[in-house]
Amino acid sequence: MTRHLARIALTEMQAELRDQAMRFCADKSPISRVRALIQDEHGFDLAVWTEMAELGWMGIAIPEAQGGLGLELADLVPVAEAMGKHLMSSPFLSTNLAAQAILTGGTDAQKAEWLSKLASGTIATVALFEPSGAWDLDAVEGKTKTFAMDLGAAEIVITTVRHEGETRLALIPRKRIEARRETIIDETKRSYAFDVPRFDDSDLMPADLTVATLERIELVANLLQAAELSGAAAACVDYTVDYLKTRKQFGKLIGAYQALKHPTVDAFLDAENARSLLYAAATHCEKQGDGEIAVRMANAKAEGALSYAADRSIQFHGGFGFTYDCDAQLYRRKAMFAASQFGDAAFHRARLAELLL
Amino acid sequence: MISVEEFTQQADAWFAEHTPRDVPFMLPLTFMEVGTDEQFEFLRAWQNKVYTAGYLGAHWPKDYGGGGLTQAHQDAATRVMRKYNVPIMLNAIGIGWAGPLILDTGTEEEKRKYLPGILSADDIWCQGFSEPDNGSDLGNAQLKAVRATNSQGEDEYVLNGSKIWTTQGNYAKYMILLARTNFDAPNKYAGLSFFLAPMRIPGVETTKIRKLTGEFGFTQTFFTDAHIPADTLMGEEGDGWKVAMRTLEYERGARGGQAGGYTMSQTDPLEVLGLAKRAIRNGKPALEDPVMRDRMVQHIIDAQAMMANRERAKISPLVSEKPFALPLLSKLQFTEYARETGELALDLEGAQAGYYVGEENSREDGYWQRSYLNAFSATIGGGTSQIQRNIVGEHVLGLPKSK
Repeated sequence: MTRHLARIALTEMQAELRDQAMRFCADKSPISRVRALIQDEHGFDLAVWTEMAELGWMGIAIPEAQGGLGLELADLVPVAEAMGKHLMSSPFLSTNLAAQAILTGGTDAQKAEWLSKLASGTIATVALFEPSGAWDLDAVEGKTKTFAMDLGAAEIVITTVRHEGETRLALIPRKRIEARRETIIDETKRSYAFDVPRFDDSDLMPADLTVATLERIELVANLLQAAELSGAAAACVDYTVDYLKTRKQFGKLIGAYQALKHPTVDAFLDAENARSLLYAAATHCEKQGDGEIAVRMANAKAEGALSYAADRSIQFHGGFGFTYDCDAQLYRRKAMFAASQFGDAAFHRARLAELLL
Repeated sequence: MISVEEFTQQADAWFAEHTPRDVPFMLPLTFMEVGTDEQFEFLRAWQNKVYTAGYLGAHWPKDYGGGGLTQAHQDAATRVMRKYNVPIMLNAIGIGWAGPLILDTGTEEEKRKYLPGILSADDIWCQGFSEPDNGSDLGNAQLKAVRATNSQGEDEYVLNGSKIWTTQGNYAKYMILLARTNFDAPNKYAGLSFFLAPMRIPGVETTKIRKLTGEFGFTQTFFTDAHIPADTLMGEEGDGWKVAMRTLEYERGARGGQAGGYTMSQTDPLEVLGLAKRAIRNGKPALEDPVMRDRMVQHIIDAQAMMANRERAKISPLVSEKPFALPLLSKLQFTEYARETGELALDLEGAQAGYYVGEENSREDGYWQRSYLNAFSATIGGGTSQIQRNIVGEHVLGLPKSK
């Protein structure tokens, strides 16, 4: 039934991109930098962002005609995975969501004005969440938005509004918005709430594309989140293993105790599963119907993998695990926050049940 | 030599015609589940028939009973067997362990003596590795083999001790045996030797072990001053561990040479989905229960992950960080998945999960009940899941040894 979705294809270019991105993120995002950026207002390093844009990464999934590289959604995955692995914060996800939204559902004028800018590093975001926590069309009141990620650094935001009794998408310049930074559990990220400002007809995106655009945003968000979480899960297991190999108690390295070793292996297996499902999702994400299945599977598994790996990481670090200085909390908070965005693992499974059972 | 294509076509036609259908009793899904004489005789005759038709050991040399063709021919025949979901090959230890070992490292005389009977299933083989007190700790095997000279002046070994979980031990003519020839060796492994031991000799007795399902399939084998010829030793004294590990490589397919066919049916990992769609739980379709829906989806995702792992294992840039991770995780993952499948199936069945094999009101004649209980053979046998976690923890993650 879903067997064909287990097939994985990796282009040579993707393999190279993955190597490049892993090296880049390792270099630019050592843990000291990750922690320093927690104090930064926008939460990311603008100089690094500029370098990423110069490498062409912001244009990966934007057509050449609009100034991008004209590659595929799947080609964003290696970058997002590398960023997750090194806990690198940036508006990569936000900007790509906005770009995909404009590509799918923007007017010609919006496409012409924004896509090439986004491809070269202009920051953008989407804001779909209502204060109720819902993001589906029926729930939109269009008054207040929450979880607008990276809005502080963005030039534009794509958001849902009410217009003549309908829910519509609108592209609104950031400068019209008065935003309040929200305190979120993942301190490496930035989230904002705002009251929807006035908008003009020219800000609206075509009504007939609203549904398709929202679906596109969800698909891309879930795919890239799966990549980020999967990368982070692998790193979190490594982080725990390092401690298990160096910390001694009762005269023994604690990794020799099976009570710690075995759950660590289970976490590793989860993380490996998440990786395989991620690459399968990347392979199939553009297929009608199948794409959603593969992507939701990958996201549900990745969230579970990181949650478990990080939960055990805190525990296995003992007293140190209870401190702010232990990185296990960064991973655990990342998983918790990710679960809050576009549905947690149980939400994805409920959707999958509708699609598969 | 016949081309692989033509051979495949012939095999296809042969299995289409000869695959037994409507067998009036339950056929074992694995070689470890042969619990009755009826099952045994049926499968022995079936293996013999497949062999005689040329579809088992097709690549083994003609001098030793094989077909003299190539590995590609046998692989093609095996694929056809999978296609028709034919009954398993019975003589698993001969086909997958002893046979390839003898073919690779045996003397000419040994090859002529042992190999034809393995293929024809006239000579059933069993495996004597585990001991009652040394299950997971195989390297600590204590069955004692003492070299001696008999009254006719022939060299022999005298065996004392016991082996357990001997599959088809009560039917076997030969055992591949791991025994201790040196109790003073520098380490436990160096004291082990490997034998092709005859079973039908004085001093060897087998007792059937009744499994948790209530069925049979394994024996415990007792050796009491059993004399075996010294030339049944494979390799040198002290090579036992090395030879045993080599047989494991044949068995896992890491080294070629298996006679072909399969000794475990390949079940669809999502076979349980069919049950889920039919099952009635507490009077309602099981899949109307949101908890069962969620568990079913989790199970599908796990199956998908297993299949995707197999795919990823073939793509070297995606496994380069820890190249042995996926192969070493697979036993743990597959066997635990199978056990969880049984658990899920029983929960889907609701009240009917309370029935067992033979009850007319049961669903699928207690298939899932039996399958859940039998699943432990794989999570325990061949290195328990806990040992597997040690192996992965130590060899892949580099964690310190648990001692």
